[in-house]
Amino acid sequence: MIKKVSKHIVQNEQLLFEQSSPGKIGYQLPPLDVPDVDAEELLGKGNVRSEIEDFPEVSEFEALRHFTRLSTWNYAIDLGLYPLGSCTMKYNPRVNEVVARTEGLAWAHPYQPDALSQGCMETIAVLEQALAEITGMDAVTLQPAAGAHGEFTGILMIRALLEARGSARKKILVPDSAHGTNPATAMQSGYQVQNIKSNARGMVDVEALARLVDEDVAGLMITNPNTVGVFEENIRKICDLMHDKGALVYMDGANMNALVGVTRPGDFGIDVMHLNLHKTFSTPHGGGGPGAGAVAVAKVLTPFLPFPRLARVEDKWSWNYDLPQSVGRVKAYYGNFGVLVRALAYIMAHGGNGLRQATLDALLNANYIRALIEPYYDLAYKAPSMHECVFSDDRQAKKGVRTGDIAKRLIDYGFHPYTVSFPLIVRGALMIEPTETESKHELDLFADAMISIAKEVEETPELVLNAPHSTRTPRVDETAAARRPVVRWKRLAMVTSQAGD
Amino acid sequence: MSYPENFKYTKEHEWVEVNGNGGTIGITDHAQHELGDIVFVDMPKVGAKLTRGETFGSVESVKAVSDIYAPVSGEVTQVNDLLSKTPEKLNEDPHGEAWLVKVKLSNPSETSELLSAPDYQKYIGEES
Amino acid sequence: MRYLPKSDSERREMLAAIGLRSEEDLVSYLSADVRFNKRLAIPDGKSEYEIVDYFKQLASWNANGYASFLGAGVYNHYRPVLVDVIVSRGEFLTSYTPYQPEISQGILTSIFEFQTMVCQLTGMEVANASMYDGSSAVPEAAMMAVRITHRDKVLVARTVHPEYREVLATSTKHQGIPVEDLAYAKDGRLDLDDLKQKLDDNVAAVIVQTPNFFGLLEQLGEIRALTSSKGALLVVVFTEAVALGLIEPPREADIVVGELQSFAISPSYGGPYVGIIATREKYIRQIPGRLVGETTDANGHRAFCLTLATREQHIRREKATSNICTNQALLALMATVFMTVYGKEGLRELAQQNLAKAHYLAGKLPLQFDAPFFNEFVVRTNGQSPDQINTALLEKKIIGGLALGRFYPELKNCMLLCATEMSRRQDMDALASVFVKH
Repeated sequence: MIKKVSKHIVQNEQLLFEQSSPGKIGYQLPPLDVPDVDAEELLGKGNVRSEIEDFPEVSEFEALRHFTRLSTWNYAIDLGLYPLGSCTMKYNPRVNEVVARTEGLAWAHPYQPDALSQGCMETIAVLEQALAEITGMDAVTLQPAAGAHGEFTGILMIRALLEARGSARKKILVPDSAHGTNPATAMQSGYQVQNIKSNARGMVDVEALARLVDEDVAGLMITNPNTVGVFEENIRKICDLMHDKGALVYMDGANMNALVGVTRPGDFGIDVMHLNLHKTFSTPHGGGGPGAGAVAVAKVLTPFLPFPRLARVEDKWSWNYDLPQSVGRVKAYYGNFGVLVRALAYIMAHGGNGLRQATLDALLNANYIRALIEPYYDLAYKAPSMHECVFSDDRQAKKGVRTGDIAKRLIDYGFHPYTVSFPLIVRGALMIEPTETESKHELDLFADAMISIAKEVEETPELVLNAPHSTRTPRVDETAAARRPVVRWKRLAMVTSQAGD
Repeated sequence: MSYPENFKYTKEHEWVEVNGNGGTIGITDHAQHELGDIVFVDMPKVGAKLTRGETFGSVESVKAVSDIYAPVSGEVTQVNDLLSKTPEKLNEDPHGEAWLVKVKLSNPSETSELLSAPDYQKYIGEES
Repeated sequence: MRYLPKSDSERREMLAAIGLRSEEDLVSYLSADVRFNKRLAIPDGKSEYEIVDYFKQLASWNANGYASFLGAGVYNHYRPVLVDVIVSRGEFLTSYTPYQPEISQGILTSIFEFQTMVCQLTGMEVANASMYDGSSAVPEAAMMAVRITHRDKVLVARTVHPEYREVLATSTKHQGIPVEDLAYAKDGRLDLDDLKQKLDDNVAAVIVQTPNFFGLLEQLGEIRALTSSKGALLVVVFTEAVALGLIEPPREADIVVGELQSFAISPSYGGPYVGIIATREKYIRQIPGRLVGETTDANGHRAFCLTLATREQHIRREKATSNICTNQALLALMATVFMTVYGKEGLRELAQQNLAKAHYLAGKLPLQFDAPFFNEFVVRTNGQSPDQINTALLEKKIIGGLALGRFYPELKNCMLLCATEMSRRQDMDALASVFVKH
């Protein structure tokens, strides 16, 4: 029985361009307090556009209704559990939204005088310090725009250090369980990628690693806990092994939600890592961004951090560009400051104790779900789960039902699917991360749903195979979208139907 | 679907039909089936040089990409235009209409190292 | 802790279901050599009131109530009220990347509209779902051009935003893509002779900005003729999106990249912002980042989904077009709402006001360059340095322009000023009078 959701009627809505009409306006500008000018005279006739063809023309209320209706077609964390693995879909505290909009911070221009930007600079300094403390590292840069951007920055710094020592070396080792950004980043940084297989426990095979490490290897990119949600028990040995050969260890911090207050990457030998502020530190995902990819480094890498760096001069903050060994600039200005404010507010709300409690609750929630659904789904690895648990669809596959189908049926039960088919080392993976901000009630509903679906697979598999049944939009033809891509609206384009037919 | 007797096959699921010094290359029915709905085929240009065993293009489904490996060495003389407009043909007729490229062989003796139809079918039988 | 929805009794029940006695048992298997047994040196958790107050305090250390004439890539434009109302809806704010189209049609539809409007604005045929920002979009365009042309050199005008050029340098350093600067002429625009001289058959892309960093309109027609003659791609960058409300879009470009911060994104000390990349239809498979495409659902109705994902890192891994994962969806939505509220007529009128305000101010000051400009321009200082003038202006609670010496040593007696629809006549008069006195 489906307990969490019920039927409802939801508004339809056209595209903006389909409801536009010449002369409809949604704005009013104040009158000019200076003389108007002749654009063609000033810019040259050929430089002035006649119009922005087909740009929307709707009134203010139509605009509000349009986006409001669209919003009702979306699932969101605010509506319920969003168990995507490694995405850490936790509560986005609303006080964060308020403080980020504080006028003096929100309207600060990056080029305004340092003396009039002390509030922003203090925010950056305090957050850098807090993240250094949390990770056990020596310095932090907040310049990268997102996790992948942070990975790129980190690998660039490894390269710069090794070059300074004589040779950048050629290869980066990447576990086969890694997120796709890892090998893509290594390539972009001018390295070749060498894959390492995971062992039977889902962790990096230390013997295999020992055989692969040589003077051509610049570093290892490791995720800890790894993408099957399990702590790399040999992490110290792994770091020592790499360091013995003059190589460095990069840690993908996407799963940091399992570690805060419990263990610190800097303490177990990591040289450089990134944090996803939009994961562990609660900044909103907003439909796919913005993020912020803080990068924390051990002392040996601090000279190579991107410029500029904050410096304390005569009791005031200022920006220091005199960093001869810096890898350069990875983004204009100083980083996604608006996101940084939110992350700092999150840390402040929890405090040291609260952060650790949040971690324990995250582990509790993941292990609770694991215990409840383990009788019904094949657990991928027996090692203790940290903040996420991973199952395989092997049992259900015997009935012709795969992880993607189960995920779609979960939608009918009122949940967003878990992560499907990742990591690649698990056949038909189901990767579930509840995060600490889910109540027991919500978790019980989720477990009930998963158990109910497991039964449906046995008794009425077509129900699962053709899911979802209850959504406004059923399954979508992704093949057609890829075969003949249409990525914009056009006035005379073939529209297969209007919304609401 | 049958596997034409006069084709030669690779373990990477390509086929080649040899006619004197020329050849036609494609992917097997087994391959298209494994890939699912094909959305795009990335192919070399006329004149491109192929080296046996090296990739010369790729085939995409919605969620995956597979490299295509050259079964023989040579030079591309024709590229199948049909696939750029209708990649789904590769699912429908991989051994016929949806050939990928035609080549001029640079080393015809290479074909002796390829699998015959019965051997290929045995191989994919073992694989599954 | 108020965000954690569990009572101690609930925790106990859950632990019992797992077969553990306390939450510490969840981590006790971690070996002693990795366990962190101290307290994090972070102060105790604060109340909501204390947090709001803390940031109010910090904000008070910043400029408040100043009139600003800074531009240089980040612009003060009015943010319509509807923008925050819409993006604050939890269904937008707290949703994730729309990998499950059945329950994300809201964000997918708005991104499709965003992609469409970016095309309409820039004169290009396809656009993606956004980039991190304008600065990181530039190297992405360069790498696209390299993939398309199979050449490896890039020429970039010195009149492209200096920080954008720094990001380009950092990103291309290890990809075997040499980058060479192009000089600007006496009129502050790209030196066409220098371009002619440096263009050869190895150049994959020529990157120019219009309006350029000095605020001037570049001569795209002439530039295009030169790039075409050598088979190089033309990449056009913009930092002031409002300009496209009035100025002919860069139809000559093969790839357009830019920054939409002007469209209701708060300056926010440098980020987050939202970049765009747009190009011709034939290059669609080379574009990085996310793309939303139109299709049909199982009932035959129009629906949207992410598409051409095989370009991206989660499938191609080391062979991806880029390592990019996140896009700036929430900010793209802000920009979409802005573009909707202003609409076809409004964006044009907004641009017109910017033009009028800037030319009013410029009329009172000694201009360094003699070429058409939009809402930014470079002025020469006589006697006093730009820094000294800016100090005098601060006393009148005016933040002056960007002293150019930090990026262009040859222009150390110049500053870059910007006036927008938010600049008030009395502040412009005050600025002009301070200038004249010095």
